[in-house]
Amino acid sequence: MDRNGASVRLALGAAVALPGAFLGLFFAYPLGSILARGLTGDGSVELRPGVLWFSVWQAGASTALTLALGLPLAWVVARFDFPGRALVRALVVVPFVLPTVVVATAFLTLLPEGQQRGILPILAAHVFFNVAIVVRIVGGYWARIHPRLWEAAATLGAGPASRLRTVTLPVLAPALAAAAALVFLFSFTSFGVVLILGGPTRSTLETEIYYQAARMFDLRAAAVLSLVQLGCVGAIVGVAGRLDRCVAGARMVAPESDVLVRAQGRQRVVVAGILGAAAVGLGAPLAALVERSLSAPGGYGLTFYRALGEETPALLVVPWRAALNSLAFAAVATGMALVVGGIVAAAVARSRATWLDQFAMLPLGASAVMLGYGFVIAFDDPPLDLRSSPLLVPVAQALVAVPFVVRILTSALRSIDERLRDAAAVLGASRARVIREIDLPLVLRSFGLAAGFAFAISLGDFGATVFVARSDWPTVPVAIFRFLGRPGAENAGEAAALSVVLMTMTMAAMLAADRLGGGRRGL
Amino acid sequence: MKRLLALAVVVAAGCGGSGDKKATEVVLVTHDSFAISKRVERAFERESGLRLRILQSGDAGEALNRALLTAGNPEGDVFFGVDNNLLSRALDGKLFAPYKPKALDRLDDQFLLDDRHRVTPVDHGEVCLNFDRGWFASHRIAPPRTLLDLTRPRFRKLLVVENPATSTPGVAFMLATVAQFGEQGWRRYWERLRKNDVLVTDGWEEAYTVRFSGAAGSKGRRPVVVSYASSPAAEVFFAGRKLAEAPTGVVDSSCFRQVELAGVLRGAPNEEGARKLVDFMLSPRFQAEVPLSMFVFPVRRGVPLPEVFRKHAIVVQKPLELPPNAIGANRDRWIREWTATVLR
Repeated sequence: MDRNGASVRLALGAAVALPGAFLGLFFAYPLGSILARGLTGDGSVELRPGVLWFSVWQAGASTALTLALGLPLAWVVARFDFPGRALVRALVVVPFVLPTVVVATAFLTLLPEGQQRGILPILAAHVFFNVAIVVRIVGGYWARIHPRLWEAAATLGAGPASRLRTVTLPVLAPALAAAAALVFLFSFTSFGVVLILGGPTRSTLETEIYYQAARMFDLRAAAVLSLVQLGCVGAIVGVAGRLDRCVAGARMVAPESDVLVRAQGRQRVVVAGILGAAAVGLGAPLAALVERSLSAPGGYGLTFYRALGEETPALLVVPWRAALNSLAFAAVATGMALVVGGIVAAAVARSRATWLDQFAMLPLGASAVMLGYGFVIAFDDPPLDLRSSPLLVPVAQALVAVPFVVRILTSALRSIDERLRDAAAVLGASRARVIREIDLPLVLRSFGLAAGFAFAISLGDFGATVFVARSDWPTVPVAIFRFLGRPGAENAGEAAALSVVLMTMTMAAMLAADRLGGGRRGL
Repeated sequence: MKRLLALAVVVAAGCGGSGDKKATEVVLVTHDSFAISKRVERAFERESGLRLRILQSGDAGEALNRALLTAGNPEGDVFFGVDNNLLSRALDGKLFAPYKPKALDRLDDQFLLDDRHRVTPVDHGEVCLNFDRGWFASHRIAPPRTLLDLTRPRFRKLLVVENPATSTPGVAFMLATVAQFGEQGWRRYWERLRKNDVLVTDGWEEAYTVRFSGAAGSKGRRPVVVSYASSPAAEVFFAGRKLAEAPTGVVDSSCFRQVELAGVLRGAPNEEGARKLVDFMLSPRFQAEVPLSMFVFPVRRGVPLPEVFRKHAIVVQKPLELPPNAIGANRDRWIREWTATVLR
């Protein structure tokens, strides 16, 4: 058994080299290159006081609000059986992948005149985008809390409020910490939402970095600001990691199936109310987009969808090709993210290489424009002349997807009762067999969720992808930008139609991922 | 480990291929607004015997900065899309190698911006105030005719402009006001616009498609916007139905000229191919296509304009202009002053 343990440890050590190399080569090296170029160059550095403070507090407020509004929906989706539950679970992820400029402009048209700019629209948009993280990550965990826990608490005389406080929240803590960290990082580095809904007088570190790097070409200022931002993100990730380890003791989940009930009596009203509120809050902006995509010049129709099959000056390829490109890139990126993130999670859950866990989170906090420019200068020489290679697109997507895979899989792995593993070992199972027969089946469900998120992130084209040059390979979000950048009804209509295509692809991917993960139940 | 190997193989394959392609392909590095029809692209490939590969990344400013990062060891052979407002940055960054195409004598001298021929003009477009004809007709107010009109009380809350710190048309419009009112007067003009409740957006997309009332399908409430001289023609061309008159008009006296230039990248792997491509961009075939592919005007004399342009676009006779070196020396300072005047 000892020899067995040593060889597993060795294999894990070797395997950890892969994510380390991936992150080192495609994140640390390019970002380091552009930071070094910036810091050694000349340029003025003027740190606007207030920018850092605004970045931090709006992200904190966005996180609190997203948790507050997301948890009720997570509860409903996790505990109750209702018609269309699978659809709601998939639909909630759709806002997450839509290009920010599409959502922000949809918000502008929905909000009353005079209320269109300011902190409230920013917070509302951040909740709209990120509520998926809370609903799916916390909800996924919630669904598996063993009902005996509540029964035991109830037997001991605990009322609903007390059960929530003493049982549910402590057990949910790892998932809450993971979701909160991800929402915070996304809000902290929010770009399009702040530019459009904040108006020209509000800026975050991310928008300042963009301004300095992409507009003023002041790489020195951009590099200094990037370091400040990375420092903040490092601190956040460090704190979140510590929290995560503190609360990782809760291991009371029922992995074998969801524990769903039908709402009864007063509960029905509450559940219906929460679902109704979600339908309005999340559905209204999406419905506005669908409506726009169907309102052709001569009345409602599919004109704009048909136009996606025709050549247009806005793109070098026929628009529907962008959908194929997006699917192909997303598939490759998801594969990369699952391999890299899966290994990190396996190591981290056994408390090895925890630095790698935090390292893997950093790409979420890197400025997209700086990473994009980093790719250009880092990969400019053979044997690594990759700057205009289409390979960089899924690589950049995977960098953003890996933190999700790690967070989702780590909390799933940690939640497995160690006694199960011990029991198997006592019965003579090898370590490899324990992993195969205990860990793997238990995390398969989370694996589906991780794959779904990775795919959605790649479809949504977050981060540096926008700055990766691609010749004849536009993705759907890129195609949407191109159409939005031109006047005329047809261009606006095709942008809306493509947004709906993106929504549909996301829904399909999430439904498939849920089926993949939940398939065991049927067996 | 197998996957690591696979990755290494992919990486090796990805870069191994580029070496032998150099003589048979030419790479155009450009911004997202570049467009070319398949027909014209094939014509170039047939005539030159080269495959044309197009690398697009970001808007004009983002693409230029990306190219500057690789000056001397470029990603491609030709860069297209630097304009007169950013020209000094490209030239200071030693981005281009000189090349003088034969067809230069077919161009008006006003477009030739560099004596050393490091850049070649390809198209021009004018950034102008656009107005919503329907709005002004139904409110029985005469549309604005000059920049100064917009400071009058009857135009209060009617104008939306782009932030010059974040938007290319925003920069051009700020330069228009500098050209019109001079170094002494332009900030006072913006103070008065600010008092008249000008709305500032981050980019053209929000200003035109969301805030401007004249764009197709827009719920915007502002009937005057900073856009292009060709935007009314685009509204007609992309309307999806027949329009007798463009829904929007242009304030002729507010226009600032943007000339878009191309250049052979210094250190281009295929310099000869690059020259062929620059020549092609001045050819009648390519020039005739720029109006409907990029909604700009050809620089070559005698190239016929398409009907939708003749009818609905405004050919600006006397645009506002500033010398490129004055723009280069002062642009960043003007943007800072603009920010202090309008936003703080």
